Amino acid sequence: MRFSFTARNLLIAAVIVLLALLPVYTAFSGSAFILTLFTRILILALAATSLNLIMGYGGMVSFGHAAYLGIGGYMVGILAFEGISSGFLQWPLAILVSALFALVIGALSLRTRGVYFIMITLALAQMVYYAGVSLSRYGADDGLTINRRSQFAGLIDLSNRTVFYYLCLALLLGTVYLVWRLINSRFGLVIRGAKSNERRMRSIGFPTYRYRLVCFVVAGAICGLAGALLANFTNFISPAMMHWTRSGDLIVMVVLGGMGSVFGPTVGAVALLVLEETLPFLIGKLGFPLFGESAARAAEYWQIVLGPMLLAIALFARGGIVGLLTRTGRD
Amino acid sequence: MGLLFIEQCLNGLQFGLLLFLLAAGLTLVFGIMDLVNLAHGSLYMLGAYFAATFAALTDSFLLGVVLGLAATLVVGMAVEVVAMRRLYGRDHLDHVLGTFGLILFFNELVRLIWGPAGMSLIPPAWLNRSIEILPGVPYSAYRLSIIVVSLAVALLLYMLVMRTRIGMLIRAGASNREMVGALGVNINLLYTLVFGIGATLAGLAGIMQAQIQTAYVGMGESVLIVALVVIIIGGIGSIRGALVASIFVGLIDTVGRAFLPDMLKLVLSPAAASTAGPALSSMLIYILMVAVLVLRPGGLFPAASR
Repeated sequence: MRFSFTARNLLIAAVIVLLALLPVYTAFSGSAFILTLFTRILILALAATSLNLIMGYGGMVSFGHAAYLGIGGYMVGILAFEGISSGFLQWPLAILVSALFALVIGALSLRTRGVYFIMITLALAQMVYYAGVSLSRYGADDGLTINRRSQFAGLIDLSNRTVFYYLCLALLLGTVYLVWRLINSRFGLVIRGAKSNERRMRSIGFPTYRYRLVCFVVAGAICGLAGALLANFTNFISPAMMHWTRSGDLIVMVVLGGMGSVFGPTVGAVALLVLEETLPFLIGKLGFPLFGESAARAAEYWQIVLGPMLLAIALFARGGIVGLLTRTGRD
Repeated sequence: MGLLFIEQCLNGLQFGLLLFLLAAGLTLVFGIMDLVNLAHGSLYMLGAYFAATFAALTDSFLLGVVLGLAATLVVGMAVEVVAMRRLYGRDHLDHVLGTFGLILFFNELVRLIWGPAGMSLIPPAWLNRSIEILPGVPYSAYRLSIIVVSLAVALLLYMLVMRTRIGMLIRAGASNREMVGALGVNINLLYTLVFGIGATLAGLAGIMQAQIQTAYVGMGESVLIVALVVIIIGGIGSIRGALVASIFVGLIDTVGRAFLPDMLKLVLSPAAASTAGPALSSMLIYILMVAVLVLRPGGLFPAASR
């Protein structure tokens, strides 16, 4: 694959360079806020990347992907609560248990198609959510505070902000590479073939159900890892991690960035979360000369701007931000 | 126990019929325009806020309700013309992104106009009392009125869809959109009308709910998921399916919430039962939906075209 200077590739390269240099900037400016914000963005980008694997390439629109975020997080939280804080045990278990849940959820859901698939994944994720609510030993509805982040025998110190940030970045980039390799492999071709014409793939002799199920489980496992990161990041787990609106957020990130492009979800996560943080500020600053004091008040209601922006992207930018740039790059 | 059971069954029926009002519009829009409208819950919320505002302005409960419904109809049709119309025929994911944006917009708009505190719509005295439905069984007149109104609306909707020319077009649109358009029907107008009807029904549901609880920002989201469960169980596009499924879901949810925690106490320790009970009863409708989908992947009453 040759690298070419399209608008799309330039954007992606810029995003990677900015993400890699961010801690340098924050070290100089001394503001920890931006580093914390971007650590959260990287973690959610990892979850969105895993969703993109099944949604963008496999056509499996899961409306319950946040469930694995919760399961991964809960494994870390529960083990920490029971006194096991070794990351070498917590993280593999988080991935394994998420994969097991994905196996069960996928096995049931993949019998249905289209909208019914969307809704059955939502229903099963809601069950996981309410299961989290019923865990009275681990805080039920209120959640559970994690007193000690995962320990890696002194090799990786998660309480260091910069180390944590680079760990998330490395995991994200590694995952994006893994997804890229996966979709360009024979396995990936089957998955993509089953998305465009499942009957044909079956008639050439591929057991598409099994292929799709494996893909679904891989995505669940990756998202479980993101959950483990998120729990360590917030030092807290609660059923809210797997609320259905969180699953909706992940879908929005993937669609916003651009489905079926390995870097799309990262771009979408950065765009959505940075907009959420900066819109109030922008409305206040830009509106001030025009509307004076009322602009500052309007800044509180920034979602009134974000909502129509999302709608406009759905209406006019097919293929999300990355898709938009791919098209303008070709003109 | 028996008395409580009758009351909870009636509450379940009332909740189910309320869900039906929401689900009917959702299933029509879904079935005919093939549009996943997550913003349906926003119309439910707007109906409640409009009615509460107009009732306070006009000092008349009934006038408030009528004006509230009219305002919701107008907003619904405007949303269809401005945004939804451009989303037909697109990928479902575009629908999710676009209508998710609309939810943010409407929630924030309501917060901007009416403030973050909720708003209550107080039913008039003739509804705000209890009546004896059976000898020795008192029941809230207000909840009873929801049952009566919803059943009347369901009947009206049935007459509209099955007995009128517009209904015939709606049914034709549900089974084959392109053909209806090719036969020279003004499909744009039909879609706007269907969306408007759906919006009004959602608004009516919101108005009635606002008197049990208050109207609050985001009230539409939680109930939207339940309404989606209803239309999936009933079969997308089927009003009959929506009616059956919503009554089922309403009864199971309400009766489950009322009695499951006590039943669990028979097998679990009281402490475990008191946390597992509410969680398990919240799960019941999802368990029902998964069971229905595994056994009948097209829902209970699959529409002919799907």
